[in-house]
Formats: sequence, structure tokens, C-alpha cells
Amino acid sequence: MTSATLRHTVWILRGNPVTAIAAAGAFILCLLAIIGPWIVPFDPIASDVPNALQPPSAKYWAGTDQLGRDVFSRLIVAARLDLAIAASAVTLSFALGAVVGALCGYTGGRLDRYVGRFVDVLMAFPLFVLAMAMVAALGNRVENIVIATAIINLPFYIRFARAEVNVRRNAGWVEAARASGDSHVSVVLRFLLPNVLPAMAVQVSLNLGWAILNAAGLSFIGLGVSAPTPEWGIMVAEGARFISTGKWWLVAFPGLALMLTVLCFNLLGDGLRDILDPRMRT
Amino acid sequence: MTMAEGGPLLAIEDLHVTFSTRRGLVEAVRGVSFSVAAGETLGVVGESGSGKSVTAFAVTRLLDASGRVSQGRIRFGGEDITKASSKQLRALHGAAISMIFQNPRGALNPIRTVGQQIADALSAHERISAGEGRARALDLLKAVLIRDPEQRLDAYPHELSGGMCQRVMIAMAIACAPKLLIADEPTTGLDVTTQKTVMDLLSKITAERGMAMILITHDLGLASRYCQRVCVMEQGKVVEEAQPLSLFSAPQHAYTRRLVAASPTATSTIADLAPETLSPHPEEAASAAVSKDAPAISESPGASFETRSSIAPQDEGSGETEKRKRPSGTPLLLEVQNLVKRYDRGVVAVNDVSFLIRAGESLGLVGESGSGKSTISRLVCRLIDASEGEILFDGQAIGTLPARDFHRSPLRKDIQIVFQDPTDSLNPRFNAFDCIAHPLRRLLGMKDGAALTARVSECAERAGLPSGLLERFPHQLSGGQKARVGIARAIACRPRLLILDEPTAALDVSVQAVILQLLDRLRREDDLALLFVSHDLNVVRMMCERTVVMQNGAIVEQGESLALFGAPQTDYARTLLEAVLHLGGPTAR
Repeated sequence: MTSATLRHTVWILRGNPVTAIAAAGAFILCLLAIIGPWIVPFDPIASDVPNALQPPSAKYWAGTDQLGRDVFSRLIVAARLDLAIAASAVTLSFALGAVVGALCGYTGGRLDRYVGRFVDVLMAFPLFVLAMAMVAALGNRVENIVIATAIINLPFYIRFARAEVNVRRNAGWVEAARASGDSHVSVVLRFLLPNVLPAMAVQVSLNLGWAILNAAGLSFIGLGVSAPTPEWGIMVAEGARFISTGKWWLVAFPGLALMLTVLCFNLLGDGLRDILDPRMRT
Repeated sequence: MTMAEGGPLLAIEDLHVTFSTRRGLVEAVRGVSFSVAAGETLGVVGESGSGKSVTAFAVTRLLDASGRVSQGRIRFGGEDITKASSKQLRALHGAAISMIFQNPRGALNPIRTVGQQIADALSAHERISAGEGRARALDLLKAVLIRDPEQRLDAYPHELSGGMCQRVMIAMAIACAPKLLIADEPTTGLDVTTQKTVMDLLSKITAERGMAMILITHDLGLASRYCQRVCVMEQGKVVEEAQPLSLFSAPQHAYTRRLVAASPTATSTIADLAPETLSPHPEEAASAAVSKDAPAISESPGASFETRSSIAPQDEGSGETEKRKRPSGTPLLLEVQNLVKRYDRGVVAVNDVSFLIRAGESLGLVGESGSGKSTISRLVCRLIDASEGEILFDGQAIGTLPARDFHRSPLRKDIQIVFQDPTDSLNPRFNAFDCIAHPLRRLLGMKDGAALTARVSECAERAGLPSGLLERFPHQLSGGQKARVGIARAIACRPRLLILDEPTAALDVSVQAVILQLLDRLRREDDLALLFVSHDLNVVRMMCERTVVMQNGAIVEQGESLALFGAPQTDYARTLLEAVLHLGGPTAR
């Protein structure tokens, strides 16, 4: 990052405190995801039945669950898995969607029509049900959650990249690039994609939150990560059994973690657009 | 609204308009005063950023939310309307003052028919029945001399040509018989022949109905032909106000002199436009202001004017004529044979076109929009494939290699192109250096290093771009500077044929003058052949030895520029030439 970019980022963040808070939140989350397992006070997996279902206290900040495991420790450790699933799914659909969408938008014609119809078909399904079906069919593993989440996100990236490239394909600088010796492929990859990436980065940020919810949702209904692995979705699912008996902390804290994470990424999206657009930098 | 006896219809006194921006307050209009009498046509002339449109918007109170009149008064018919309420303004708009905008298609509602839109304009000010509205709309369409008015009534804007859309706009503007018509660049973007018919119509209608008109334009020729009085604006101020004849034959202010000198006339040569400046204007080099278009013109405009006026039209540089005659032994560089370009649904954009360009020669390609001239420039540049016909470059058939693979051809670097819109032709994510270095990296395989940096600096210098600007991104450069980047990029690989697709259409006249001189100099220095595509006949006459005139995809006439412009053989070429406006030409009324 050059100093000009850094200065510009600071300038945007100063004028936009919400983005700054969201960015700080996202940073803390990522940090926890990396160092989480080493800093938590208790082992997130080992059960301690005598201390089961303790309410939040100075020792157990978020209480303990039915097997006496510290909820707070499990929350922190779960951040890594949830973020990893979401990030890899979004990266996958972003990479594939951007390239396919950009090619469709640039070439038009038959490829565009076929891919367009495929996307329409994909979007005609209720996306969560589609993801459920895929995980059920492929098997209950983390890779399959990633693949399912990536596939249901794919249509948005394809459409987005297609539309953004389509309006630029006849720009003078595209023709100029071809006169400068670029092939069609290199025009798409070196000229058009870099120009649509800032807008897509916003989409990525919004999508990350959504992908986390999706992964948690799959685990919640039992089609994802399985116990005893700490994961926010399973924690909510397991805690739901005890909510009628007043053990609110089992559901409330994982739910809160989910909500704050999704909120962080959504708020970050807007600020990101301003930071990445070179035209905002004067 | 009552009219004060004998007073002017519109009087603007010491008007100041300020805009609040990210950088603080910017004063766009700084103390403008002028008046318009009933029935008079006043021209307001200036280059981009001179504040002429802002003044008009202030009069009609259509300023953006960020702009406001900070000082001064606007009186209409003796009444102060500077602080008129929105109710008063509604009565004023259309009925007393109406406005015609630059882009007629954009100003019309695309989902309503022309007849409905005219009726809407009428019913905004008086209660009329639908039938009456339709009848009056028809009368108005007849008044603006539209062909088949009955059928046009039910047409949608996209079914009409640009000229017809502008006629509809005029019909809407005069619907409620306003006393003052403000026309903001009414013919920019229209073809020369359409421009002439639209302007003739406007001046006929205003004369018949006793309307006053403010014609806002960047085109001195247009103002001199159609206005009784002209105000010249520069940087938010009126610098000169006079009758067109005296203004253009004996301009008083330095800026007017520069502007007049830079405007091509029937007899001017490239050298007349402005004194050749090898080094860019100091102001341009220093200008930190992004939007400011600092023309690179010598600071001694007086001298340039004297040189120009001392050349009598008859002895139009005999050396010039000699230069234009190229010995027939000069090798052929480009040979286009029976070129045809067909699109889907049977549209023929280019129909059986053949022409030659010799090494170092410049060929002009003129025609109105839709004549196929831009398609030809892309065919010759091998960006698109022809349906039929051959393109021979230096004796080799380059049409056989598909455009998709032409980037691998060794001839790719020999054919380069400069595009119409300098903003659109630069990648927003490349700075000026990368824009110019790109073809060097791709076509000559140059790697980053001292050699590449030196080559880019050299190209930038030859195109008159200060090396201090190479780090800037396109949005930080002015229009003229962006045009220079585009030219530097095109000449970077030392091509033998340079295609110029309306290279100055988006630029102010003073910037155009400098860019044309630059291109002419580059051509002489490198013995570069030019294919100069333009709708501006004056410019083509100055720049090109031979000219091809196109209409509907076919060539109607071609020949030596001097002969063709002196005595056109075909009716179409004659019509085109007659529509060209010249400074100091006869005024319309």
C-alpha cells in the first residue's frame, strides 16, 4: 500500500466513523480467528459436567453449556471456522463469478445467453434449500459447505461482473488497449476486471456476512459442521433446547456474535467502495 | 407580468454564483452584467468553465442544490426575479422564459410520445382539453417545420433523429409563447447541415414571434452568424461585449483575440490558429486545478492576431500548396479496396469504399453522423473485421488476419489510433505514464527501466505533456492534457499510419488549435501518414492534402482538398460546405 492510498484511507475513515468502527470490528474478528485457540481461558471441547449450565459469571463470562464447556471460549474458537468457511466460499464464487461474468459481458453472444439462462435457473431455486440439498447429497463435510455456499453466491457475482463489464466494453480505452497490442482475453483480465473490482469488493463485503449466516444456518439444521466442533450455528442449535428452561446465554451469545459479524461486514462494504475508487482520490 | 416601458426585457446586474464543493466555495460566475432587449438575439460565447451555462441556469433558477446566487440581481421585464418564490417561478418558466438544452434526446421523456409531451408543456400553464392539446401540438410541430407532423405526433423520441428531437424541444419551448428563449448549445452534437437548419428555424421563429433569444455557444461562427450582439465570457466574467462584425474583425480583449485566432475560418491555415509553441503553456504545467482547461497558447496573442490578419485570403501560403502536392512516386502506404461492413439485420455501415493513402500523406474523411466514417477508422485500425474487401498496408493484405488475432501482427505497431473523447480513451486506473508506456510494453516488449522511462518522457514531451503530469490519473488532468496523453500513446511505437477519429471534437477551440498544430508538426517530423476522420470541414481542409466525402456508408466524392473545398462536384459535398459557419460571414438577420 503506497502512502497516498494510506492517506486516502485515513481521510475516508475519518469522515466516516461508522466505516472506521466496522473496519476495527472486522480486524478484531480476524485477529481472534487467528490467535483465538491460544488465548481462550478454557478448552472449548473438553467437557466438565459438574459445572454444566452455569449462568454468566466472572469465571465463565458467557456461562457454560450442558456439558460444562465455557461458552465464551467456544465462541472465540468458532470464529476461525465460521470466517474460514465464509471467506473461502466467497473467494471461490468471487473468482469464478468475476471471470465468467466479465467474459460474458465482454463477448456477448452465445456464451452470454447460455450462462445467463444457467444463472436464471440457479436463482429460481430458494437458495438456502439449494444449499441444503447440495450438502445433503455431497456429504456432511466442511468442504461441501464451502462449495454449496459458493455456488449459491455465484449468480450475484456473474450478473454483477457481466453488467459492469458490459457498459465498459465499448469504451475508448478498451479499443485503445487492443490497438496497443492486447488480445481480447488480456483486455478483459488486465483492463476490464481491475476497473470493476472496486464495485465488486463492496459486494464481497456484503456477501461475507451473508455467507456466515448461511454456513451457520446449515449447521443449525444439522447439515454442516457436526458436534463437538465449536461453531456458532451448532451452538445456537444446541442451546435452543434449553431456552424454554431459562438458559438464555446458550443461544444469546452465539446469536450476538453472528449478528455483530454480519453487521460489521455489511457496514464495511459501503466504506470500502469509497476507499477503492481512485476517482475519489483527488 | 408587466413590462417596464422601454427597459430591457432581461437585465442581469453584477451576478455572482457560488457553488459549495468538497474544496470549499467556488465562484463560477463573478460579476456578470448584461441585458437583452425584447426581440433581440444575444450570443454568450465562451469555452468550457467560462460560466456561460451557469449564468443561464441562474436566470431560470435551475441551479443545482449546491449552487446559489450570492450577489447581484436578475430583472425580467423590470421585476426582480432573483428571489422569486417557487410559485412565481412556475408561472415564469415556459410562459415567459423557456430553455432549450444541449442534448435534445436526453431532455425528452423516452416513454411519452412527442405529441403528449408538447401538450404537457401547454397544460402546465393553461387548462386545455386533450383534443385541443393535440391540435395545438400539431400546429407547433408544423411551426418547427418537421416532416410529416401528423405521424410525428405519435412518435416516441427514440424514433426521431437528433435534429428532429431538437425541433420537438423547440416546439415545446415556444408552446406558451415565451418572451425570452434561452438556447444552451442547441446544436452541439448535431451534424453541420442539421445545425444550419435548426439554427435557421430558431432565428425565423424568434423573428416571427418577436421573441428575444440568448444563444449560449462555444462556437464563434455560430454566434457571429445568428446574433445581433455577442458577450464573450472568460472565467466567470464578461470580458467583451460588441456587435459580431466588430467583435470578430477587431476584437479588443486579449482573450477574444486569442479565441478568434483559434477559430478556423474559410481561409486560415494551421499556422494561423495560434503561434506554434513547442513548450507547453506555463500555466498548464503549473495548473493544479483539475477541472481547469489551460490552453497552451503563447502569451502574446496580439502578435498572433496581426500575423493572421496580414495574410490576405488570396495568397493563402503558396508554400502551403506546394507541401500539399505529393509527388505521385511516393510509395503507397494504405490501399483500401471495395470495403464493405455489414451488421446483423442487413444494416450496411460501409458500402464498397476504396481509397489510398501514400506514405506521409494526410487524408481527410468527412461525413455526417451515420455516414460510416468511424466504422472505416476501426476497420482500417483492424479493431473490427470487414465483411468484404481488402485492406493493403505497405503491400500486405492485413484484412486476412482476423481482428481478434491482429494484436500478434508485426504491423500492429504501425497502425495506431487517437480517439474522439479524450476522457473515454484513457483507462481510469492507469496514470498517464502507464497509459503511454502500455503500447511500448506490449508491442515493443520494453521492460520497466530507464529506457522505458526515457521513451515515455520523450513521447510525452513531443505531445506537449509536461513530465510532471505523468504521475497523474486521468481524472486529475484537463481535457487538453488527456488529449495529449492519447496522442503520446499513439505515437509511442512510432507508427507509420495514425488514425485520428474526431480527435478534437470534445475540446475547446483554443485547445483544438494547439492539438491540430501538434498533430501537423508530428506528421512533418515523422513523415507520418494520417487518416483524419472529422465532421469539421474547416479542420479537414487545413489538415489534409486529400479529402474523402462520405454519405450513408459510401464515398460520394474524393479529391485534392484544395480543389474539393474550392469547387465541390457533387450536391452533397456542396450542401455540407455551405452549412459550414465562418467567422465574419453574413448574419442571418
